Amino acid sequence: MKNWQQGRQARDARIEAGAKLAKGKIVAASDATRLMEAVIGPGDRVCLEGDNQKQADLLCRALLGVDLAKVNGLHMVQSGIVLPEHLDLFDRGVAKRLDYAYSGPQAARIARMLFGGKIELGAVHTYLELFARYFVDLTPQVALIAAVSADHDGNLYTGPNTEDTPTVVEATAFKNGVVIAQVNEIVDKVPRVDIPADRVQFVVEADKPFFVEPLFTRDPGAITEGQILTAMLAIKAIYAPYGVRRLNHGIGFSTAAIELLLPTYGERLGLKGKVASHFALNPHPALIPAIESGWVEQIHCFGSEVGMDEYIRARSDVFFTGPDGSLRSNRAFCQTAGLYACDMFIGSTLQIDLQGNSSTVTTSRIAGFGGAPNMGADARGRRHPSTPWLQAGREADPDGSALLRRGRKLVVQIGETFGEKNVPLFVEKLDALALAEKLKLDLAPVMIYGDDVTHIVTEEGVANLLLCRDENEREQAIRGVAGYTHVGRSRDRKMVQHLRERGVIRRPEDLGIDPLDADRSMLAARSIKDLVRWSGGLYAPPSQFRNW
Amino acid sequence: MEDLSFHHQARARAGGTRQMAIIGVVASGNLEVLAERVLPETECRLEIKTAAEGFGEVWDAVVADFVERYSPGGLKFSINDGGARPDTVSLRLAQAVRLMAENEQ
Repeated sequence: MKNWQQGRQARDARIEAGAKLAKGKIVAASDATRLMEAVIGPGDRVCLEGDNQKQADLLCRALLGVDLAKVNGLHMVQSGIVLPEHLDLFDRGVAKRLDYAYSGPQAARIARMLFGGKIELGAVHTYLELFARYFVDLTPQVALIAAVSADHDGNLYTGPNTEDTPTVVEATAFKNGVVIAQVNEIVDKVPRVDIPADRVQFVVEADKPFFVEPLFTRDPGAITEGQILTAMLAIKAIYAPYGVRRLNHGIGFSTAAIELLLPTYGERLGLKGKVASHFALNPHPALIPAIESGWVEQIHCFGSEVGMDEYIRARSDVFFTGPDGSLRSNRAFCQTAGLYACDMFIGSTLQIDLQGNSSTVTTSRIAGFGGAPNMGADARGRRHPSTPWLQAGREADPDGSALLRRGRKLVVQIGETFGEKNVPLFVEKLDALALAEKLKLDLAPVMIYGDDVTHIVTEEGVANLLLCRDENEREQAIRGVAGYTHVGRSRDRKMVQHLRERGVIRRPEDLGIDPLDADRSMLAARSIKDLVRWSGGLYAPPSQFRNW
Repeated sequence: MEDLSFHHQARARAGGTRQMAIIGVVASGNLEVLAERVLPETECRLEIKTAAEGFGEVWDAVVADFVERYSPGGLKFSINDGGARPDTVSLRLAQAVRLMAENEQ
C-alpha cells in the first residue's frame, strides 16, 4: 500500500525535532542555530524571507552558523538577495542552489560568485514569477520569515511591511512545510493578525529589530534640471494625451521629479483629476505633495517605506490600512495590480538597445529584476478596457478591427541619455548578452523586452514606438532620442526628421516646452524638509536624509 | 585635463546687449560657462577646459548643434567643465545665451 502522507510525516518529524528546543512555539534566540539544525536537513529547499523592507536577518545568521555535517547544500528560494549574509551562506557551503528575483544591494558580489561557480543558479525571476513557482515546482520545505510581533500562540503582526510574508507562508504551511518566524517582540496581543498562528510552528524573539533600509526615498534636493525636463516631457507627451489615471512609477529620480511636478506643472496643464489618481506603488515620500494637493485617490503598496508610517496612518482614505490603523502591504497582490489593473509603467533602466530591450545588468553587476518586468509588460490576459489601453492599442494597429484589437499597456522607459560617470544609456548590444554568453545561460537577463516598450523619454524628446511600422523605423526612433551617445550620433538624420514630422518623435519644442524652463523652482518640494512640511510633520525621514 | 577649442560661423548676431554673463558652477558633473560679447557679429568661439578626457567628438557634436540652434554670433564662451553630461552642457550654453539676450540694467 502506497504511503500518501510522507510529506506530512516528514513535517511532523521536523516539528518534533524543533519542539525539543521550544517552550510552546517560542525558541530563544541563543538556540536559533540549533533550531535550524533540528528542522532543516541537507539539500532542503528553504525560503529565507528577504524582502525590500523586512529581512529575516537573525534567522539568516543562525542558518549561517550551522554544523555543515548536519545542514548543507540547501536550495535557497527567496525574492531578495539583500544582505551580505545571504551570499555568505553560499560561500560557506550551507547553500548551493539559488532561485531569486532581486539582488540590487549585492549586485557586484553575486556577479563574482556566479562567475566563480560558488552559486548554482536556477533562474533570475520577476517577483510574481517566483511566487508562482512557490506553488508549483519551488515549494519550500522550510520558510524563515520576519514579523514585527507575535503573541504566545504564534499569531503574527508584520507591521506595514507585510510584503512577501503571506505568500511565503501560504506556499509553505499548506504543503507540508515548517514556518519559523523571527519577531522584534513577543506580546500578549498583536495589533492585528497578518498571519494566523496555525501556520506558524516556531517563533524566535530577536535581540534587535529586523534590518530595514529606506529604498524608496529620493531627496528632492538631488533632482537635476535634466530630470525635470524629462519629467515635463513625460507629463505632457504621455500622461496628458492618454489620460493615464492608473499607474506604477519606478524608483528613480526622473519619476520622483514627475511626482513633484504634478502639483505645479501638472496643475498648470489642467491635469488634476485626469491623470495619476490611482497607483500601485510603495509609499514614495516624493508623492506627499501630490497627495496633499488632492491628486491621488488611492495607492496600494508592495511594502512600506521608512518614516512614512504616521503619514499613512493619517491618510487612510488613500492607503490600505488594517483595523489597527497601520499600512497593510502585500507584494504579490500589488504586483498583480501593477500587471493587470494599471495602464502605465514608467521607470528608468541602465541600458537600452536598438530594439528597445532594456536591462539593468552590466558585466560586473547583476541586480536581478524585482517587479519591473511585471509592471513593464503588456498583460496578455487582460480583458477590461480603459481609455489609455484602447488608445495605445489603436496606435499600434490602426487598421485592426476595434472589437477584436487588444489594447496595450503603456510601458515607458525614462532617463537621461548619459548616466553616472557619463555612461551612455543607449547601446548597440546589451551587457546582458555578454553575461549570458559568459555564464552559458539559456536566456539573457533582459528586464523589459523591446516589444513591450511603448515610449522612450529622454531630455532630447519622446519616441512613441507604437507608431513605428517596422524594425528600421523603431531603431531610428530610438536613435532619434539617444542624444549625443554613439547610438544617437549614428542616426539617419533624414529618417529621424521624417519620424518627427509624423509625431513618432517629439522634441521639447514640438510640445511647447522650453528646456530653459526646466528649473528646480518648479518642484513642489525642493528638499526632504519641504516634504516634512507638506506632510504637516507626519513624515519622519530617517537620519541619513536629515540635514537640519 | 583636456583643452578643446571650437570656432564656428553663426547665422546671425546673438540677441541682446549684455556684454558678459556667467552661469553654472565648477563641480563634478557640472560646468561653468562665461559668455562675452567680444567677437565679430557672425563669429562664435568656445574655449573648453574639461576634467574628462576623450570626449572631443561629443563636444564637437554638442557645440555644432548649439550654434545651429541658438546662433550665438559675436559670443566667446569660456568653459570650465567638471565632466558634465552632454545634455547639461547644452542646457548651460542655452542658459548663457538667454542671459546675454537680456538687456543690460
